[in-house]
Amino acid sequence: MIAELGQIALILALLLALVQATFPLVGSLRGRADWMALARPSAFAQTACIVLAFALLATAFLFQDFSLAYVAQHSNLRLPPHYRISAVWGAHEGSLLLWVLVLGIWTSALAFASRRLPQPFMARVLSVLGIISVGFIAFTLFTSNPFLRHLPPLMDGNDLNPLLQDFGLIVHPPMLYMGYVGFAVPFAFAVAALIEGRVDSEWVRWSRPWTLIAWSFLTIGIALGSWWAYYELGWGGWWFWDPVENASFMPWLIGTALVHSQAVTDKRGSFRAWTLLLAIFAFSLSLLGTFLVRSGVLTSVHAFASDPTRGLYILIFLAMVSGGALTLYAIRAPRLSGDSESPFGVVSRESLLLANNLLLAAACALVLIGTLFPLLADAFGWGKFSVGPAYFGPYFFGLMVPLVFLLPFGPLARWQQADAAGMWRSLRWSALAAVALGALAWMVFRDAIGWRGALGVTGGVWLALGVVAAWRVRAGSPREVVASSPSGARRLNPGYVGMLIAHTGMAMFVAGVLLTEASSVEKDVRLAPGESLMVRGLEFRFVTMDHQEGPNYAADRGQFEVWSGDRRVAVMQPEKRLYSNGTQVMTEAAIDAGFTRDLYVALGEPLQRAEGASGAQAWAVRIYHKPFMRWVWLGAVLMMLGGATAATDARYRRARVASTRAQARAVSAEAESPA
Amino acid sequence: MRAQRKRRLWMAGAIVLGVGSATALVMMALRENLEHFYSPTDIAEGRAPSARTLRLGGIVLEESLTRAPESLEVAFVVTDRFHELPVRFTGILPDLFREGQSVVATGKLEGQGLFVAEQVLAKHDENYMPAEVADAIERAKVKQSADAATSARPAPTGAVL
Repeated sequence: MIAELGQIALILALLLALVQATFPLVGSLRGRADWMALARPSAFAQTACIVLAFALLATAFLFQDFSLAYVAQHSNLRLPPHYRISAVWGAHEGSLLLWVLVLGIWTSALAFASRRLPQPFMARVLSVLGIISVGFIAFTLFTSNPFLRHLPPLMDGNDLNPLLQDFGLIVHPPMLYMGYVGFAVPFAFAVAALIEGRVDSEWVRWSRPWTLIAWSFLTIGIALGSWWAYYELGWGGWWFWDPVENASFMPWLIGTALVHSQAVTDKRGSFRAWTLLLAIFAFSLSLLGTFLVRSGVLTSVHAFASDPTRGLYILIFLAMVSGGALTLYAIRAPRLSGDSESPFGVVSRESLLLANNLLLAAACALVLIGTLFPLLADAFGWGKFSVGPAYFGPYFFGLMVPLVFLLPFGPLARWQQADAAGMWRSLRWSALAAVALGALAWMVFRDAIGWRGALGVTGGVWLALGVVAAWRVRAGSPREVVASSPSGARRLNPGYVGMLIAHTGMAMFVAGVLLTEASSVEKDVRLAPGESLMVRGLEFRFVTMDHQEGPNYAADRGQFEVWSGDRRVAVMQPEKRLYSNGTQVMTEAAIDAGFTRDLYVALGEPLQRAEGASGAQAWAVRIYHKPFMRWVWLGAVLMMLGGATAATDARYRRARVASTRAQARAVSAEAESPA
Repeated sequence: MRAQRKRRLWMAGAIVLGVGSATALVMMALRENLEHFYSPTDIAEGRAPSARTLRLGGIVLEESLTRAPESLEVAFVVTDRFHELPVRFTGILPDLFREGQSVVATGKLEGQGLFVAEQVLAKHDENYMPAEVADAIERAKVKQSADAATSARPAPTGAVL
């Protein structure tokens, strides 16, 4: 029953998406208000069908309906209920369903929130989203249907990959997809603007909050993935420059550039064509990411459940969507930019934001080339290569140095023509403090942190003081703000505050990355119960080993105590689990998280007893001391909060209220644009 | 319109400079940091350089894993079922490392016939074989049957398995 209903819901969703993709668009070109009016109802109905299909699949998992092949493959009777829900998106078919669900949520939210925008424009936006929905629902239905039967039903299912039986994997994919797929919204706005031939930049203001929210989700999604890899893969790394990570990082880089260039287009009307191009690229890279992850062309530590035969479909779809959008851009963009753009000087906020965009785009190109090169080399028969951290790390670092250096100047610079001497006056003490603190850190902790850690201190302090300077310039002196002067409060609007929060996050991230990378102590040792190891003044005592039964696994659990002198700092219990499908061993690391350092203990494998040893079984053990590890993710959390804060700025809502004026203008633009 | 032309010139210059230097950097970076993938057969036939970091892929030969008693040093043999190569590694092997399963090791060749690994990777999925490894085994198989057709050379021990 469930399978049939789910199947019907998916087919209905496809038909409704077809309506959403065609009628409003054609109606907008022919001036048929009744056709355009179909946009919202069809979008809502399409989403409702997808929600139903998704809920049905989740129900099938929850009640263990092993007559569904997908459920039988990725769940079993002993799987705890919360992992049955996350198992819905634990493999290919379900994660595609999640993809279309998330797209439906975005589409409906947009349809709901922008009722006051001009009808022809919104009809086009929703149609473009409808086209994407059609592509992905058809893909799900015809190549990766999660509702296929497995008859006769199995008595018990396989198991969910143990790596995915984890809190991080319950929340990471939905967050990441909210970000990935959310870039479809600015993409749809851009394509709609191109179809319409809009010469103004008002559409950018309408799409800004959506872009910010999508970017915030992507930020937290990537951070969650990195956090998961850190504690679940059992070797303490948080970023591997792995192709699947790069696939989500590329849209983030371009999305970050987009968020900044939208600000220029919104406020000054400049960079119009460039903003359009970035909006197209951000979503194209999301599609490319989906292709890379879902097609199985990559070998990666994160690649689960991939199937090469499906890759071609996504590739063709990617070529059609991105190729179509870029062709449209090539035809229309020359008319969009031009004389109406206001000029700006060499030192101005525009030029600083241009530098931001170029550096981020270059960083994205660097990652893109490194990710795709092995694929191209293989396809053209140049041999089998892999590109690792040795390529990405240093060059990415090189691009980020000027970015970090220039960042504090951006918020201080005036539009059009900035006063270079004045900016330097505002920041000279910050620069001095940053260099002095970096030098001090190097002198005191040279052996522990090295030059990279010292640079991290300098960069972090420079960015943080830059935020303070940017705050003061808007708010006046701190005392006035405490007295909450009305002028200060007004000027510190949510958009600006969000920027300050996100840049603070950047400061934490830069300091965290460089300090943790430069100063982590990582020991892989042979240790038996009763033995201990000193790491950075902390004594890690391996007390004992015991046995633990979980719901669907059996575990060897180590008892470690960490002592600082005669004070016990932490008790840590790393596990080695054997899951009930009988073959897969999993490392559960024990982590004692702290604001300034993480302690990390993970079990390797049991080793042979040495001749004449005490008789206790020795283990290979990883013991890590990682300073400032949390700062990497706290920085990302702040960036996300910053983006979310900026999205609430009332300026965007006012733009919507004032839309009758815009509507009149859009209609007149309508008349001019060749249909 | 002179100011605007000047600004356009600046922008074009910045873009050309940015793209140009990025391309140069990327090409340089790629040339230095590519890790070429080799199979035991490639190495046995002397096709792999000895000084560079490279990736070795194959299957861990059954019953070839040995451990040093007092350290984390391990030794095992990687095979593509036609040629074999001993590998030495000091550290903790991944959870899915098994004899008879595929593995990819990053490291350097030391002299003739010893691979010193800095990193050993096994896949998340126990039944999954990296495409490179599957491909290398396939190539070795094809080559072997071609060789067998032309000469009556006895097959190396690995082929029996």
